[in-house]
Amino acid sequence: MSLFFDLTMPGMIALIALWGMVRRVDVYDAVVQGASGGLGVLARIAPPLIALLTAVAMLRASGFLELCARWAAPLLLRLGIPPETVPLLLVRPISGSAALGVGADLMATYGPDSQIGRTAAVMMGSTETTFYTIAVYFGAAGVKKTRYAIPAALCADCVGFFTAALAVRLFFPA
Amino acid sequence: MAMSALWVGMIVAAILCALITGRTDAVAAAAVSGAADAVELCLSMAGLLCLWMGVMEVMRRSGLSEKLARLLRPLLRRLFPAFAGEEDVMAAVSANLSANLLGLGNAATPLGLEASRLMARRTPGVASDGLCMFVVCNTASIQLIPTTVASLRSAAGCATPFDILPATWLASALSVLAGVTAAKVLALVWRK
Repeated sequence: MSLFFDLTMPGMIALIALWGMVRRVDVYDAVVQGASGGLGVLARIAPPLIALLTAVAMLRASGFLELCARWAAPLLLRLGIPPETVPLLLVRPISGSAALGVGADLMATYGPDSQIGRTAAVMMGSTETTFYTIAVYFGAAGVKKTRYAIPAALCADCVGFFTAALAVRLFFPA
Repeated sequence: MAMSALWVGMIVAAILCALITGRTDAVAAAAVSGAADAVELCLSMAGLLCLWMGVMEVMRRSGLSEKLARLLRPLLRRLFPAFAGEEDVMAAVSANLSANLLGLGNAATPLGLEASRLMARRTPGVASDGLCMFVVCNTASIQLIPTTVASLRSAAGCATPFDILPATWLASALSVLAGVTAAKVLALVWRK
């Protein structure tokens, strides 16, 4: 299993690069160009992250996040979800950068390899910024009556949060 | 405006809570250090994120996305029976979903907007069952390699940021399944 994880990332890079060579792509040029595009992505996420991480750090320092976790604990513990992730559950469907800020805070507070840190990462990787996506897609289509799209999408989010915690317990037994 | 409410709400909640818990000094320190932490986080994420953006550019140029789109076609015709006969819709839908699978966000969004615009032609102003299904597929993350999260983990000092992949795949698959099932069930009971 550890060999698999050791080779996951370098292996994927190698496979994709070889495939690119087969398809006669200038692989090195593509990597460099793509990486410079990554700087654009960073420039776009940095300003909201500065605003939101300040707010999350203040919430953490004030003890508000611990209070939230304590309130949510009875319900979330029954579902097998670490109650510390409750701020992530609340902001994830609304704002991608807020979720990034909360996720970074959880990983910094509890460690990226803790049960909480891993659950937060899997939650972020298996859900989307639901309300933002719905607003943009229906906006582009000129749709006002969204019918059952929001409840169905939120159902997917809830199942995603629940199974993220479940999957982390399954693959990383404490 | 929603973001303004969220941000101001967070700040006000932090100050009110600090007044109750008596941790005003910690909140003051956090207000000063939070911004610097964010910049530091961006810098430590930068390497892995840019590297993956480069690898994904190779995927984009090599036509992997188009290949995947062709593989997805038969499945998608079943998921969107009302649009199975419309070539332009199915092309945009399969291109969008395959770009999403590969994590090519910049390519996926314009394709997705095009697909939802084309789907809404028949029922202007109202979301048809097909359009609801399509939007639900897009609100459930189906990205195979969650690069941003991996960069975040590595920035937090994790040596194996990709060890969450199997767990993420399982959670993603089940959440997409839940969304698709919910959309199919609600399509039967919701009034037009």
